[in-house]
Amino acid sequence: MAEIELRQVAKKFGDLWAVKPMDLTIYDGEFVALLGPSGCGKTTTLRMISGLEAVTEGRIFINGKDVTWLSASQRDIAFVFQFFALYPQMTVRQNIAFPLESQGMKRAEINQRVAEVVKLLEIGHLLQRKPPALSGGDKQRVALARSLVRKPACFLMDEPLGALDAEFREVMRAEIKRLHLAQHATTVYVTHDQVEAMAMGDRIVVMSAAEVQQIGTPAQVYHDPANLFVANFIGSPGMNLVPGKYVGDEVHLRGGSVYPTPPAWRPTLAARWQRDDVIVGFRPEAAQVSETGAIRGMVYASDLHGSYTMLHVSLNGELRPNGNGEDTIVHIRARRDVHYVIGSLVRFDLNPEMVRFFDPESEKAIAKEVRG
Amino acid sequence: MASTRVEHAFSRVGPGFAVVESVRVDQITPRARLGITARLILSIIIAFVMLIPVLWMAMTAFKARPDATASPPKVIFVPSLDGFIGLFTNRTQLSAAALAEQQQRTDLNFWERQTLARGMRILGPSKFVSQLSNSLIIAISSTILAVTLGLLSAYAFSRYDIPGKRDWLFFILSTRMLPAVVVTIPIFLMYRAVGLYDTHVGMILLYTVFNLSFSVWLLKGFIDEIPIEYEEAALVDGYSRLQAFRKIVLPQCVTGIAATAVFCLIFAWNEYAFALMLTSEKARTAPPAIPANLGIGGIEWHVIAAGSMLFLIPVVIVTFALRQYLLRGVTFGAIRQ
Amino acid sequence: MSQITLQNITKRFGTVTALNNVSFEVKHAEFFVLLGPTGAGKTTTLRIIAGLTKQDAGSVAFDGQPVDTLPPADRDVAFVFQQYSLYPTMTVYENLAFPLRAPLRRMKEEEIRKRVTETAEVLRISHLLQRKTARLSGGEMQRVSIGRAIVRNPRVYLMDEPLSNLDAKLREALRVELSHLQRTQGSTTLFVTHDQIEALTMADRIGVLNHGCIVQVGTPEDIYDRPATTFVAQLVGSPKINLLNAATDGGVITIMDSDVHLPACELCTDPANLPCEFILGIRPEDVRPDPAGLFAGEIALTEPLGVETLLHIRIGRQTLVSTVPGISPLSRGESVRFGIVRERLHFFDRTTGVRFSE
Repeated sequence: MAEIELRQVAKKFGDLWAVKPMDLTIYDGEFVALLGPSGCGKTTTLRMISGLEAVTEGRIFINGKDVTWLSASQRDIAFVFQFFALYPQMTVRQNIAFPLESQGMKRAEINQRVAEVVKLLEIGHLLQRKPPALSGGDKQRVALARSLVRKPACFLMDEPLGALDAEFREVMRAEIKRLHLAQHATTVYVTHDQVEAMAMGDRIVVMSAAEVQQIGTPAQVYHDPANLFVANFIGSPGMNLVPGKYVGDEVHLRGGSVYPTPPAWRPTLAARWQRDDVIVGFRPEAAQVSETGAIRGMVYASDLHGSYTMLHVSLNGELRPNGNGEDTIVHIRARRDVHYVIGSLVRFDLNPEMVRFFDPESEKAIAKEVRG
Repeated sequence: MASTRVEHAFSRVGPGFAVVESVRVDQITPRARLGITARLILSIIIAFVMLIPVLWMAMTAFKARPDATASPPKVIFVPSLDGFIGLFTNRTQLSAAALAEQQQRTDLNFWERQTLARGMRILGPSKFVSQLSNSLIIAISSTILAVTLGLLSAYAFSRYDIPGKRDWLFFILSTRMLPAVVVTIPIFLMYRAVGLYDTHVGMILLYTVFNLSFSVWLLKGFIDEIPIEYEEAALVDGYSRLQAFRKIVLPQCVTGIAATAVFCLIFAWNEYAFALMLTSEKARTAPPAIPANLGIGGIEWHVIAAGSMLFLIPVVIVTFALRQYLLRGVTFGAIRQ
Repeated sequence: MSQITLQNITKRFGTVTALNNVSFEVKHAEFFVLLGPTGAGKTTTLRIIAGLTKQDAGSVAFDGQPVDTLPPADRDVAFVFQQYSLYPTMTVYENLAFPLRAPLRRMKEEEIRKRVTETAEVLRISHLLQRKTARLSGGEMQRVSIGRAIVRNPRVYLMDEPLSNLDAKLREALRVELSHLQRTQGSTTLFVTHDQIEALTMADRIGVLNHGCIVQVGTPEDIYDRPATTFVAQLVGSPKINLLNAATDGGVITIMDSDVHLPACELCTDPANLPCEFILGIRPEDVRPDPAGLFAGEIALTEPLGVETLLHIRIGRQTLVSTVPGISPLSRGESVRFGIVRERLHFFDRTTGVRFSE
């Protein structure tokens, strides 16, 4: 078992920062998801932890031991790739036993270890088959088995579900999580899919443009995003972000609606006396459609999502949003049994517990002052 | 940018790809730098060795006859235009009396005086210019034909389900498999029978046929790379097949056409064996004509060198102008497999 | 008026039957989504309608007129491809103008300019008009592709997974755009996708295709609430529906390998119609943790997605997935009581997977 610590770890390619200096401690048995859009540096970070990529700056510790300059094979880690990386000419069984045979382990022990992981992953029926004959989900199961069989100190996974069809992805997501719960091996999991990161991670490291944006539990990154990037990136759709001006306990939203701020926020917002512009952020489920709602808009589109309806509402009060005004369309989760026609007027209120405020200039969340 | 490169490299790790310990590209050691310099010097030396024959030819072209045949060869010499005069003119050796008489004349131009200095008189222009123009006409015409026909059939092979497509393609390729010289005699007999011997049309036809297989294969590769969706979009947008071909496919395979054309042009320009067998006077091209400069009293090496050099220049210019297309044409198959 | 009618379309590629006797109708101004997994025959259907592929049997009609013999250019359809449909050698303006310049339309340059400018405005790409398409982002490219379709004002729009190559955020945004555009322009649209969310959110009606056969045609509500087979039930909805083997002895329905026994009264279906063994389908939102619930299970796994949390509840040897709003405080290993919304159960035949009608 292992604790991984990154101290001011950074990577540069020429003059370009691939990863700006970051600190991160991954505790023993923890499942940490590295989340971000492609090109944000998450894979480079994983590669640096694995030793496949050398760091430009900083140090990496595993269990307190400095491994910064150790090669990948000396770090006792297992890597799960997106593209399965199974040897096509070997049977499933040979594939799984391969890492052990290369260590010169005794046959009896190999058999026992293979039997263990086969049971854990429920792939007993596949042992004599060859990888090309397997489905995507089964291939990834075998790949997982091959990395598990070594009993490594930690697992590094690089979008292991990225190459799977949507239908397998949901199943394998639960399976990897189940596996982690059974083994409690430290796991670092790279993904660009926020659903995966939320569903699987004990903690999530959100990265963008080579920088860590926020480190937190799923609940933290969802409800208290540190900045506009995280607010928009997490959630499907992301947080609604509406710019406005703070005037006397009210926010005059772009589009004309006036939103009375929750009393709990007033001291904080008033204390920003030098600035009156603010961005109001709320999740689609924080809005409740009501006849007397303070915020009004026009239905731009409405669509069924199975168990609920998502309303897309233009706050401008017109159906054609202005050139740069994409933000003024907000998404509201509504009951599916009410039908809204495009162009009809809706009013809604916000759940005061779930409203957040952001500074438009720094793009950071405004922290609520707690008054004792 | 950097990290997409990284992610790409990452996907290459696995069976079949060695896991390479990473190199810190941002810190090249002095030792590595020395290696890079050494490699550079070595490649310069190799390039120089390879270019010596060409250099020698260029030098010989500017030598006077005695210098050109001197042994040991002269590296430092007085430049002379003898070779070029020999190439473009027919001359005659003058007797001592005629020489003296000629030397009295004052109306001689620069070239005539140069010739006179060697004891010779210019009788008239040689056939070299007309041979060069034959080469030009035949090479360009056959290239245009080969590329046009090749493009059309490559498009058909790429886009349509032709019965026996693979066999046809193989058959086209197989025409390249036998050495060309094997068929010179039959073709010679055929050409004589149908009156194509020593004609421009005959040579153009021949080179077109030879280049066609090459051009079909190369262009098919290029067209295969253009997604069919482009044309289908145009079809749905209200264009016919031919219009879609002209407006969509053609602009996108300019590179391929240029590469193919250069290869065809070089082949037709340089071809020697057929030209020697199938032409004599009217349609004789430069390659068989240049080494035939036997002159008076032995082979005139400086004339041959001058001819070869002039002959080389157009190819060098075209190749240089289209070098990036050429490179793409050469590396093309390697990337696509 | 423009409607599309497909009658008994069959298409084989060699020995593989891509489409088997497919018939359906897209009504005027309707947004019809063809939903199915990879290889179901969706794209082939679209290509047959466009005239890019010839069917082996059956007939395609626009407004009742068969178009089987017409070449693609004369069918007056617009096709939006998954990718690649912008011409890289042209600017955005030229790309948009391209369909208008087709010889059969003979449109004046002035008229072309007017239409292109209008379209660019609707799609908010006016600032891109002079750019080469190679320098656009994925979202911008797909906007231009859609622009090239609407600039012509064709009889019908055919869209082949136009959103599937975009990242999640863009896909969401364009989904809303497309849905808004179609509804405000009232154009007849046939949209192909493998993504159930796209189908549910955008469609007026959905046709589910599997192995070259139409399995069900209906509104999104029909498909979600009354899936015709277990295949449709699993295809639509995320997280997936719980499908469990169940048995009944008339009065009580028992989920096998568990101790869930549902009294058959209050069910939407008459239990007398059911065989003794069948497949029971329960949507995750219909499994509701409730302190007063009838059943008890143990949380095997929680997946907090933010807006909701997926709870995997272990009961006997079965696992039920349940969605609860928000981020659930429940954690693994805890026991939990839950109820099942009995009015929304689904019953399927065990061998054929076909729904028992109510």
